[in-house]
Amino acid sequence: MKNDNSIRLQPELPFEEAAHKKTVSRKKFLSVLGIGGLGLTAIASCNRDDDGMTGTVPPGAIDLGKGDTGILNYAYALEQLEAAFYTRVAQSPFSGITATETAFLTDIRDHEVAHREFFKKALGAAAIPALNVNFSAIDFGKRDSVLATAKAFEDLGVAAYNGAGALIDDKNYLLLAGKIVSVEARHAACIRDLISNGSFADNTIIDANGMDQAKAPADVLMIAQSFLASKLWGGNLPKS
Amino acid sequence: MNLHQLFSSIEKADPDIYDRLSSRRKAIRSFSGIGGKLALAAVPLALGGLLNKAYGQSAPSDVTGVLQYALTLEYLEAAFYTKAVASGIIPAGAPAGALTTIRDHENQHVAFLTAVIKQLGATPVSKPAFDFTAGGHFANVFTNYDVLLAVAQTFEDTGVRAYKGQAGVLMTNNTVLTAALNIHSVEARHASHIRQMRRARTNDAAIKPWITGKNPGGINDDAVQKSYNGEEVTTQAGIDLTAFVSSNAASESFDEPLTYNDVIAIVQPFIKQ
Repeated sequence: MKNDNSIRLQPELPFEEAAHKKTVSRKKFLSVLGIGGLGLTAIASCNRDDDGMTGTVPPGAIDLGKGDTGILNYAYALEQLEAAFYTRVAQSPFSGITATETAFLTDIRDHEVAHREFFKKALGAAAIPALNVNFSAIDFGKRDSVLATAKAFEDLGVAAYNGAGALIDDKNYLLLAGKIVSVEARHAACIRDLISNGSFADNTIIDANGMDQAKAPADVLMIAQSFLASKLWGGNLPKS
Repeated sequence: MNLHQLFSSIEKADPDIYDRLSSRRKAIRSFSGIGGKLALAAVPLALGGLLNKAYGQSAPSDVTGVLQYALTLEYLEAAFYTKAVASGIIPAGAPAGALTTIRDHENQHVAFLTAVIKQLGATPVSKPAFDFTAGGHFANVFTNYDVLLAVAQTFEDTGVRAYKGQAGVLMTNNTVLTAALNIHSVEARHASHIRQMRRARTNDAAIKPWITGKNPGGINDDAVQKSYNGEEVTTQAGIDLTAFVSSNAASESFDEPLTYNDVIAIVQPFIKQ
């Protein structure tokens, strides 16, 4: 199946290599990575901070915070992004959507809303504000664009939770993250199968040990930032 | 042979491990960022192998114990899919391709866990002899494709819940915790796909890639039901999710753990006595 509007969210992919991929126009790829200069600089530079050192929040950026609260806010930010995306998908379904696709995408929206509201309530006064999204790179009228974005978000969500596990101190929070990540993985497989049946766990995402990916917050935030108008800053998140 | 007996063959801990661990703590920490791409051969012997003490008839309380438990479950899945793919009843094309992919992952999990257990200075538990009919309960598991898929779904959903139930025990070793999480989410991807295969065959829209309530998805079987009991939860950490979404969505949006004892009760019938 051709995915002319597919978006590959892999910052480690060199530009030249990405530009050669037929499925990604160079312009679109660059736009996906077109992160607000300040946000990117802040995230990249804070990555080298020593543990325990409190960095300075860049002007206009939202500080996710530190410790377990920081990780919960990080998860809350990602769930806000996913929930906003699927809410938009449900409000303006792409052309030619099938009944099965509607059912799955509606369920996924509800799950992401449940995750978002859960974190909001659990964090209480420590919660970051509601984020403003930027979905200008997504063509919500086109199936390929919507599903490629959904795939990218779900695979990213799985890798984010897998990477966050080791950063969590409280075992109850770890269990909660574990309860959510497997649902994100069910979504990822479902979306992948909608794009191409049988790609639920193919070797573009699963390694030779039969394992999913784990990504560090700095890497995840760099990708997520391109879909956000609000600027996130994770410089105080735990590093280990 | 009893499963608990299988676990009793673990060697005693390497007595030097604590010394080597503390001196290598920095090196160990640097591994934790590598996660799933970790090259096993490069893992230091003392990789967080804090807790190699022998254990007995209860739930694993240390990293090695959890890994032995996980290995046993992966043996079960790997052997199941190996027989399934060889059964001759899987339709060619997408179904055979999917089950082959899953089989390969389960074999990779066995190899990975075996290697990690050895790195931690323990002897991997041996592979049990399996009876996938569960004493005749699923007599046609390898001759009836629908039964085969039902058992596959049950194994996958159980595996997801089993890994989840042990995450807290792995917190002492970030590298192993991350690896276990990276396996856990692959099992969930498998579960999602098997459920879609079942949905496509039956045209039953109630079978979804996620678990609704404690519904096994059209499998009416007391043995299978044990793998789903407890999934119906709609309140998390005291927060009632039905304030935001339907009760179906509330239960689907969080997968629940299973205790060691629950999992043993589920898989014991598949181990030859």
